[in-house]
Amino acid sequence: MPNKPRPQILVTGAAGALAQQVIKQLNDTCDIVAVDFREQVDLGNKVPSYCIDFNKRVFEDLFRRYQFDGVIHLGRVQSSELTRMRRYNANVLGTQKLLDLSQKYGVKRVIVLSTYHVYGAVAYNPALIDECAPLKSAGLSADLVDSVELENLANLYLWRYPELNVTILRACNIVGPGVRNTMSRLLSSKVAPVLAGFSPMMQFIHIDDMADAITLAWQKTTKGVFNVAPHDWVAYQQALKLCGCTRIPIVSVPPVLPKTIAKILRLRSFPHYLLAFFKYPVVIDGRTFAKEFNFTPKRSLSEIFRYYRDNK
Amino acid sequence: MGLASFIRSKLISSESDNQIDRIEKPTGSLGYDPWGFNSDMVKMGMGLARHVYEKYFRVETCGIDNIPAEGPVLIIANHSGQLPLDGILIGYALANRKVKPRLPRAMIERFFPTVPWLGNMLNEVGGVLGDPVNCAKMLENDEAIIVFPEGVRGSGKLYRDRYQLQRFGNGFMHLAMKHNAPIVPVGVVGCEETIPAIANIKPLAKALGVPYAPIALPFIFPAKVHLNFGKPMYFGGSEIPEEQVTERVEAVKSEINRLIVKGLTERKRLF
Repeated sequence: MPNKPRPQILVTGAAGALAQQVIKQLNDTCDIVAVDFREQVDLGNKVPSYCIDFNKRVFEDLFRRYQFDGVIHLGRVQSSELTRMRRYNANVLGTQKLLDLSQKYGVKRVIVLSTYHVYGAVAYNPALIDECAPLKSAGLSADLVDSVELENLANLYLWRYPELNVTILRACNIVGPGVRNTMSRLLSSKVAPVLAGFSPMMQFIHIDDMADAITLAWQKTTKGVFNVAPHDWVAYQQALKLCGCTRIPIVSVPPVLPKTIAKILRLRSFPHYLLAFFKYPVVIDGRTFAKEFNFTPKRSLSEIFRYYRDNK
Repeated sequence: MGLASFIRSKLISSESDNQIDRIEKPTGSLGYDPWGFNSDMVKMGMGLARHVYEKYFRVETCGIDNIPAEGPVLIIANHSGQLPLDGILIGYALANRKVKPRLPRAMIERFFPTVPWLGNMLNEVGGVLGDPVNCAKMLENDEAIIVFPEGVRGSGKLYRDRYQLQRFGNGFMHLAMKHNAPIVPVGVVGCEETIPAIANIKPLAKALGVPYAPIALPFIFPAKVHLNFGKPMYFGGSEIPEEQVTERVEAVKSEINRLIVKGLTERKRLF
């Protein structure tokens, strides 16, 4: 009896630690093609790796060359990277191109990594925000518009092209070894700014658990939008304390003051457009994903913080 | 010994520590819940509240055992006194009851989360932003929740309007019906006299972004407080017209009014 052909998957954002972890997990059962618009990454002989801008015509050649069964789009440019315009081009127009090509070449499964930032941090947020809650962040900061637009696009394709089986994963703070996002930079630094008098509740997911979540999403074709977060919480300042960071309070009222200070300091780990996330909680409810995909995070908060504390 | 440890040692007695430990609370691995509740802070808050409750306001409580020992319940009370002292006293009374104590949550005004330190502190001791989604999710968690349906209309009213119940919102009744949660009415007497206000400077309140700016002495009077808890009220069936919901709300309001009159009658002196 002939062997069942191995599925072929395109993984974007290959230069990131999360994508590499996902590739490692899927490599045994799938043929992976990795792509990143920032740099070409060496992922060994088994995994072809490309450095391509999604908006260039040559990107389509990949779809012509490989018969992709699935696309795992982890290549969202974070709000702390590039300029607003370049981010828009990469995240919105680039994702549109990716989804168009996926539809054109008969891809049967698309997983898009989004972020809990799309919900926006406002004082009136209830806790345990579920997937139906409005996405307020576009109205709060122009720097987060591309993240919301990316989601809107993915949502459009989810309903217009059901055969793509689009699943959008809104993850909480992804942290752990190799992660270079805002939160991971903060936790790994010796001193970290805090807004005086504010310590919002936060959620953290270990990079390995997030990779597990993406792998589970690949294995089960349930389309839709899902929050991904462990059912565990900690206050921001307590998290810093547990990571061994010295907290530097920044005056928090009136709100224009911390914003001005953050703009002057230009810290990548404490950008002015994310200040609200260090002031008000955005606690998401990840139970629907956990139930649907039988997902249980394996690494505890203590384990996550111990890593940062031991690697100062 | 650090400052935090010193304050902790002064505030937390082993007795109150044990009392809190008796109460089960669904928290995560680091002692927090999604709304910011923190068991360590609750112990400190309880230590402080004990002095306020027993020595400063010398609270007399009647009918605390009317609150069910488990399951979702809404504790509905009249609101007064400019500051949320009534919520703290009701919360302490329930957490400190001899048989089956519970740590209730209190729905707080929407402007508190914007106030540095205070917002976080209230969350840590069990205060939760007054949002129907929060209330619904906590009822699903079988929590006991203190709600003041008058909101700022009650807490910000002037001394001349004392013990006159303001308009009740209907939200709590919808939640009680939907989640099959009994309502325990509470009449609070005494908090009106803690910070008597003679006027409210509305333009100042608007400029500061606070619900009210009362003209009052910057002092909290040690008025004697009476808390009268009524029998649980049950309201089934959520698919009824809004008019009938309002009638049910009025029934709760009347019961609270009766409990206030009872407290006023029992009260022998203001202080």
